[in-house]
Amino acid sequence: MLDKIKEFASWFFVTGDPLIYGADIAIALTTAAIIFVLTYFKKWKWLWREWLTTVDHKRVGIMYIIASLLMLFRGGVDALLMRTQLAFPDMQFLSPEHYNQVFTTHGVIMILFMAMPLMFGLFNIAVPLQIGARDVAFPFLNSLSFWLFFMGAMLFNMSFVIGGSADAGWLSYPPLSEMTGSPGVGQDFYIWGIQISGIGSLMTGINFIVTIVKMRAPGMTWSKIPMFTWSVLSSCITIIIAFPVLTVTLALLFLDRYLGAHFFTMDGGGNAMMYVNLIWMWGHPEVYIVVLPAFGIYSEIVSTFSKKRLFGYGSMVFAMMSISLMSYFTWLHHFFTMGSGANVNTFFAITTMIIAIPTGVKIFNWLFTMYRGRLTFSTPMLWSIAFIPCFVVGGMTGVMLSVAPADFQFHNSYFLIAHFHQVLIGGVAFGYFAGLYYWWPKMFGFKLNETLGKWAFWIWNIGFYVCFMPQYFVGLDGMTRRVSTYSWDTGWWGLNFTSTIGGFLMGIGFLFQVWQIAHSIKFMEKDTTGDPWNGRTLEWSIPSPAPLYNFATTPQVTERDDWWEEKERIAAGKAPKPQPVLEPIHMPKNSAIPFIQSVCWFAVGFGLVFHWLWIAIPGLLGVGITMLAHSFNYDTDYYIPVDEIIRTEEAARRSV
Amino acid sequence: MAHASHMHSNAAHEAGHDGHHDLEELRKFGFWIFLITDCILFSALFATYLVLKDSTAGGPTGKEIFEMPGVIAETFILLTSSFTSGLAVLAMNAGSRKGLMGWLAVTVLLGACFIGLEITEFVKLVEEGHNISSSAFLSAFFTLVGTHGLHVTLGLFWITALIIQLSRHGITPVTQRKVHITSLYWHFLDAVWIFVFTIVYLMGVM
Ligand code: HEM
Ligand SMILES: [Cu+2]
Repeated sequence: MLDKIKEFASWFFVTGDPLIYGADIAIALTTAAIIFVLTYFKKWKWLWREWLTTVDHKRVGIMYIIASLLMLFRGGVDALLMRTQLAFPDMQFLSPEHYNQVFTTHGVIMILFMAMPLMFGLFNIAVPLQIGARDVAFPFLNSLSFWLFFMGAMLFNMSFVIGGSADAGWLSYPPLSEMTGSPGVGQDFYIWGIQISGIGSLMTGINFIVTIVKMRAPGMTWSKIPMFTWSVLSSCITIIIAFPVLTVTLALLFLDRYLGAHFFTMDGGGNAMMYVNLIWMWGHPEVYIVVLPAFGIYSEIVSTFSKKRLFGYGSMVFAMMSISLMSYFTWLHHFFTMGSGANVNTFFAITTMIIAIPTGVKIFNWLFTMYRGRLTFSTPMLWSIAFIPCFVVGGMTGVMLSVAPADFQFHNSYFLIAHFHQVLIGGVAFGYFAGLYYWWPKMFGFKLNETLGKWAFWIWNIGFYVCFMPQYFVGLDGMTRRVSTYSWDTGWWGLNFTSTIGGFLMGIGFLFQVWQIAHSIKFMEKDTTGDPWNGRTLEWSIPSPAPLYNFATTPQVTERDDWWEEKERIAAGKAPKPQPVLEPIHMPKNSAIPFIQSVCWFAVGFGLVFHWLWIAIPGLLGVGITMLAHSFNYDTDYYIPVDEIIRTEEAARRSV
Repeated sequence: MAHASHMHSNAAHEAGHDGHHDLEELRKFGFWIFLITDCILFSALFATYLVLKDSTAGGPTGKEIFEMPGVIAETFILLTSSFTSGLAVLAMNAGSRKGLMGWLAVTVLLGACFIGLEITEFVKLVEEGHNISSSAFLSAFFTLVGTHGLHVTLGLFWITALIIQLSRHGITPVTQRKVHITSLYWHFLDAVWIFVFTIVYLMGVM
């Protein structure tokens, strides 16, 4: 009996590596600490009522952001492990197998569990407030989306200590990801972690499209929508086109692995190339999904901190919308070298280059907005400005890659690694940082410390260039991606070592951000105005943090940048817009179903990973029961009475 | 309490003053977008099927295993159920709760027959040794047709749940919206089936 248990444990738990034991201990200690703190301070009820069951978009947004920053930490540690190995190629710090797992989890976590949720967090925080809405269109669904993402992410992360991680790269090409190539459970963790969170993303896409199309404040016509909201709309359109393809792709891979189907196998007539097509039909739009909202953030910030209207509003909207649709027709540039034929390659090379045009237009719009503006260089603005050179260089190297014949040279080299990190970090991560700094006061009612923020900014930026510029050269020098070691006579050591120093600098930059947040919580600079940046759009017209119901009365929009124009009017001595009388506000009730249902999904995923139907089937039943429970629940809303609104507003104003 | 708040929200609907007066409209619009995503999902499966339909790996082709009479019966039943779900909506618009629930029940029954026939077809194939792991063609076949069947099955549970709700609450704005949405879903599945019928079965035996 004991032997049996031992045997099981040594198969079930990942063992044999000090890093893993370290992680085991860290997980155990953190869990114990969380349980202790919650129990000691009697916070369980608070956690359940105020957070786990909330349907308030602002709280959901905050939970997304917290989770994604944790994932940034995990993905960042992965990155530093890899860079350490590459700086000391002889040290065997990571074995080749372990290196494979680390680059796979790093890629998946950074894109799906860091960038996506950070983006959804900012959607949730800003969009309803910008369009003068009380909530998103489907608050219940919104909470469900969050919990699905969270459970998917946890499932994926778990593979590090239980069962073993995927190691076939972040897109898991077959035959490597088939049973023949990856007989362990890592690949199944990959499939179910992404599948479950992907369903959440798809629902978020639907939710925000409906919110933006149908819930704008009266008077906010299409030409008065704030630019960030436009960017969210374009990103969500891309989500609803791309994510169903991901769902199908992962499902087919799972059928291959679980039921022995032959979609992508070497035998039985399967076609591995079809996987590559399908996954990139999602994968390429995915990079635009994450970058479009960053464009929106830059637009908001550049015009706010230049105190000017955004230059070229119409062309900006047009550029974003065309990118969101065109991004669907460029996927094949990810495998120019796989023998699709010259005509096909040419078509996709051209579509790829065309997409660079609207992107260029946007950059000029930002520059013209800044031109002759009254600029202030607060942290959100700094990150936005830093983005421009970064994206220009990254974009140009991207165009170099899009030349099909040249790609035969660069393909799979470190040149590519440098390129996509430049766009993903410089374009996406910098953008979300900017947005986080910008909307932070609106979320929490205090500003983050600017001095520490500037330190973090400079360390990150210097680290960035030190890390990735050498990689272009080592790539041109012939170093390929996904190698864990190289010999001394290649002459790559100097560049790699420099790159690693840059990587660690970025790590220090991240620590500065953590310090900045901790410091600011302790010595907060309270935002009493609700409008700390002298903003332009509606979210700055209400107190910080926004009250539960957002707007006491629904705003009547008359201009683009309505709040800015209102302030100008008042400054010019005109009367402010008349306020409608207060009325009871209709609000959705909290619900435990999203959380419970997501736990059931987790059980489904976990059961299928280990082929344990005794867990998967009850999980699936749970999903069905919770769905029915929701359908039968007719008691989903309530009203906030007028006197409570008056009390809340007065309290907010008193702190003003 | 539950009831009171409900009454209030209905009154508010009429007055249209709380910014949420179009809640049911929102849900319908959201459902349309969901259908777009489902369309893309099926498109990806159809594309996969078309790529793999000749990859039989030495196994049987569609021509050898498809039995058209059963499939034609399935098609006929599903089309009829789409029609009866339309009759349900008409009954609802005429204010007849009994008619509405009756036609929904007929729809569920027909849907169940469809699923029954489909399961029989699958079981027969498997018994003859043609299963999802026999060849790429069969993998694609079972997955595409099975996904449609899964959708229909979900619809059956959903409409049944709706019938129970109708018997409790009667025709209200909420149940009305639910009827509209399920019937939209049902017509959608019908349309997908027509593609399955044409692309998988008709083109398969031709
Ligand atoms: C913060 C500093 C970062 C560093 C130092 C870093 C470093 C690395 C390294 C060393 C690799 C492996 C290259 C190879 O051997 O193939 C890699 C791969 C990758 N990184 Fe990063 N990374 C960082 C941030 C990010 C971010 C923010 C994202 C996305 C938002 C990202 C996405 C990826 C992807 C998709 C891969 C490819 C994984 C694969 O080959 O399957 N990284 N990164
Ligand atoms: Cu691409």
